[in-house]
Amino acid sequence: MATETEELKQICRYIRKSIINTIADAGCGHTGGSLSEVEILTALYFKIMKIDPSNDKMDDRDRFVLSKGHSSPGYYCTLANRGYFKEDVLKSFDELGSILQGHPCMIKTPGVDMSTGSLGQGLSAGIGMCLGRDQKGLDFNVFVLVGDGEMQEGQNWEAIMYAGCKKTKGLVGIVDYNKVQLTGTSPEILCLDPLDEKFKAFGWEVIECDGNDIAQVVEAFEKAKELRETGPVAVIAHTIKGKGVSFIEGKYQWHGKAPNEEERKLALAEIDNC
Amino acid sequence: MKIGEMIAPRAAFGDALVELGKTNSEVVVFDSDVGESTQTSRFGKAYPDRFYQMGIAEANMVCAAAGMSTLGYTPWVSTFAVFLAKRAVDQIRVSIAYPKLNVKLNGAYGGIPTGKAGATHQAIQDIAVMRAMPNMTVWVASDAVETRQMVIESAKHQGPLYMRTVRCPVPVIFGNDYKFESGRSYCVTEGNDIAIIATGMMTPKALEAAKELDKEGIKARVIHMPTVKPIDEEAIVKASKDIGKIITVENHSMIGGLGGAVSEVLTDKAPCYLSRLGFPDIFGESGDNEKIFSKFGVNTENVVAKAKELVKGK
Repeated sequence: MATETEELKQICRYIRKSIINTIADAGCGHTGGSLSEVEILTALYFKIMKIDPSNDKMDDRDRFVLSKGHSSPGYYCTLANRGYFKEDVLKSFDELGSILQGHPCMIKTPGVDMSTGSLGQGLSAGIGMCLGRDQKGLDFNVFVLVGDGEMQEGQNWEAIMYAGCKKTKGLVGIVDYNKVQLTGTSPEILCLDPLDEKFKAFGWEVIECDGNDIAQVVEAFEKAKELRETGPVAVIAHTIKGKGVSFIEGKYQWHGKAPNEEERKLALAEIDNC
Repeated sequence: MKIGEMIAPRAAFGDALVELGKTNSEVVVFDSDVGESTQTSRFGKAYPDRFYQMGIAEANMVCAAAGMSTLGYTPWVSTFAVFLAKRAVDQIRVSIAYPKLNVKLNGAYGGIPTGKAGATHQAIQDIAVMRAMPNMTVWVASDAVETRQMVIESAKHQGPLYMRTVRCPVPVIFGNDYKFESGRSYCVTEGNDIAIIATGMMTPKALEAAKELDKEGIKARVIHMPTVKPIDEEAIVKASKDIGKIITVENHSMIGGLGGAVSEVLTDKAPCYLSRLGFPDIFGESGDNEKIFSKFGVNTENVVAKAKELVKGK
């Protein structure tokens, strides 16, 4: 496990650098939320999920929905590194005609299971995938990543109520709880706590972890899989927005800002040394 | 179903879904606690394992249907037209229309007739909203025969579809030989004095108007337009060139509905005189359906009066 954890850490470092380069090349993109989700995506795509990048429409593959669609650079860099498309495609991010749109588009990008971008819709789509799975008699898990700010959207609570009441199994709702939004911290804007109690009250199992500690994240997902028969499971991943780059960490000003050339160099050096 | 018989399209819709579900095992139905009103409860009774009761949560329902369609299912999402075209419109936009998912939307209780529920429940802008949505096809059902045919025909339609039905009984105008095809219009009376383009429950009223006009020697060409998007441009251009005077009539706002669609085609391809009958830029209100239609001139009498006015000015 130790070696494996080291390998996963290496991948996280690689993806973080890839995110910085992708956003700096494009001159736009959501840096903070892409950096906070790296361990979550790495654990899912390199360890947890049943997937085959060479057969991205495989019937019984595990599904992933990036409900916080603006954090697409983190998603695209993970998919590229996992082999869904070539890494040089990342250079076209946000350009006219690119398969990599500002927000994920399932009919343009290999590996994307659901189009997202307008916040609050991913958990519901995940529920629908579970309904289809059960109707078809397939066996897979559905992982949905939501942002903490995104949890302010009422539709999430419709979905949480439905899945809790119907005991939707194999649905894992992951909250990238980085506590920073576009114009300030989450508690300043509209507080979410006590988030664990809210999920529990709606009938979900809850697992909390340090969302930037890859070993903890892997362990949380393994436990979520063990609990799948009980109904929906929430993984509250406590993360740091902008994780890995000191001058970006925790700063709402970096929610949707791209690094300039100087900042790119500094960021890449920092990630290399961490 | 006999010509002239008064049948509520919602009942025909509920029965047709059951018929469709019999041969199409991929058809599933989503309801938000209005199945007794929209009549999808009939599907629920026939195929309980393919009927999803989502509670009064339209946003979640629409996106769950989208998610399920990615597994190869064809969900029919049915609720009042106002709640689809207004409350859940962003979910339809991002989760269904943008990824071109094969989800069918039934906007029940289209237009004014809602059982006197008033402005909050009257969908008189839904066609405008859905027509402006890329990748969306828009069908507006007239009588029970056409409602059934649309549901059955939906099996051949791939991608997002909005099908609008009404609550109130509508006279049956089509015989068993009628064959609905997406994208085409139907010339239901021949004539070259005036063209009347109608859709949904207004086509029977247009036919009544044509009968009245005939008594006075005015021959009206009534064009029934069940597919509002993509609209049958050829029939509109032909009416413009043959006749040059067109009236549109619809159970919808004059902004962006059938009248809007026809006027766009005419402006681009064959300008002629167009008179649009529909609701002005207002909210509806409670009251008897026919009284509301008459208050705003969306009735047989006004179609006749408009036609005579236009023909006289020829």
